Amino acid sequence: MIKIKRSYDLSENQVTDESVYNNRRQFIKQMGFVGAGALLSSDLLAAKIAHARSADEYNRKPITYSASANKSLDKLTPENKVITHNNFYEFGSQKDQPAKLAKDFNPDPWQLKISGECEKPYTLDYQDLFTSFDIEERIYRLRCVEAWSMVIPWQGFELANLIKKAMPTSKAKYVAFKTLYDPKRMPGQKSRYLGGGIKYPYVEGLRIDEAMNPLTLMSVGLYGKTLAGQNGAPVRLVVPWKYGFKSIKSIVEIKLVERMPDTTWNILAPNEYGFYANVNPEVDHPRWSQASERRLTGGGLFSRNRIDTKLFNGYGEQVADMYQGMNLVKNY
Amino acid sequence: MKLTQSDIVILCKTLIHCLALGFLSVYYYLAIIDQLGGDPVEAIIHFTGIGALNLLLITLLVSPVAKRLKQSWLMQCRRLLGLYAFVYALCHLANFIFFELQFDFSLLVAEIIERPYITVGMAAFVIILLLALTSPKIVQRKMKRNWQKLHNFNYILVVLVCIHFYWSVKSEIIEPSIYIIVSAFLLYLRRDKIKRWLKP
Repeated sequence: MIKIKRSYDLSENQVTDESVYNNRRQFIKQMGFVGAGALLSSDLLAAKIAHARSADEYNRKPITYSASANKSLDKLTPENKVITHNNFYEFGSQKDQPAKLAKDFNPDPWQLKISGECEKPYTLDYQDLFTSFDIEERIYRLRCVEAWSMVIPWQGFELANLIKKAMPTSKAKYVAFKTLYDPKRMPGQKSRYLGGGIKYPYVEGLRIDEAMNPLTLMSVGLYGKTLAGQNGAPVRLVVPWKYGFKSIKSIVEIKLVERMPDTTWNILAPNEYGFYANVNPEVDHPRWSQASERRLTGGGLFSRNRIDTKLFNGYGEQVADMYQGMNLVKNY
Repeated sequence: MKLTQSDIVILCKTLIHCLALGFLSVYYYLAIIDQLGGDPVEAIIHFTGIGALNLLLITLLVSPVAKRLKQSWLMQCRRLLGLYAFVYALCHLANFIFFELQFDFSLLVAEIIERPYITVGMAAFVIILLLALTSPKIVQRKMKRNWQKLHNFNYILVVLVCIHFYWSVKSEIIEPSIYIIVSAFLLYLRRDKIKRWLKP
């Protein structure tokens, strides 16, 4: 098979070698504890140093995948930031809460049901998620509506492959997704205080052509290991040209439907969050200018990381034609 | 050894200095060495903002508590608390300009004009800046009755800060709601004074 290099691809050499990475983590750990120990005794403050926690503490296992042969100038966001800075209200609405509250979340066993307007509805069990489709690596930029962004090496398979297997009928115009609803395991669903008062289960949706786009990924891992609970274990969506909230986590149901499905943030505040949620520097959110963003890499408070936001998060070449003739200000 | 009242005031003020500066320096240190979670900028903005509001509410709590417990010496700590509320607010704004917007002043102007929660936040900052600038005793003496008029803007300030907080969150309204309730209670305790002040 010939691998075609595309402009959105990022280079493999940017994925840090694991041994180097582990050493770095060790170093940070020591720095963190020495630094913190010298300064603090309060548990409250010590808990802020979620950084020092190693990835293994989240029950993450290595996975096999074919590496991407990509190229880009984007610098990867360190793994420890990707797994400690999360918007996943099911585990708390503060950024550092999901890493703490999802620590013991066990995604095995799991069932992912594919149904609706298709000839062959089917269900994937936990193991199937890692064996049914070829797993490859995609290094994508993730742009949050709150105007920060990350660059993350995801492992997963194309959503298109999963949908094709179900043999969709001509009535399948949209795809509806649903997150696990289990208040016992997801404390944010149980408590309004933790869960930010949004309606659960979390639901999202894509138009069928968006879902079939080769960029749209079902991710089962990041940085070469299975997903941590806070990142949406065991399987989540990644739609890199849309704001992060479209990338629904911990999916249990995918339904092919005829009408545009409900989406959680659109229900909550329709004037702020549209169905499409395409990254667009020209269309501001009422609370955040979308013209630029802060890329989270590393380096602390003084890192200069404000960059211009690109239309479709820079993936226009692959996705712009799907929106030909659409008013993207109206269809935000 | 028996502590005199002025000893207690000095102790209390020292404690306020230590706590307010201590927390601030620990947080800045952690932010600088990148140990405040995934986004140290967001973390430090949030910490200084909430800190300023907490200090403002503590400042407003001083006189009702002093009255009720008949501990007039407490009033001597009020100005210091108010000034630390200002220091935290100043850090909050500085964090926003330096670390969030990274010195993009055209973006700052646009944000102040376009985002209602930032407009309100800036208005609140102007008020607390004026209160801080007029806090020295010598200024107070020179301003005479106008000083009290100006410092009654404290009540408007607390309302603006609550709105700023409430509008800045995505959906987590419980925390700002708690602050609104506490602020409303503190203002309710002063209802007579506020009524008199609002009357022409």
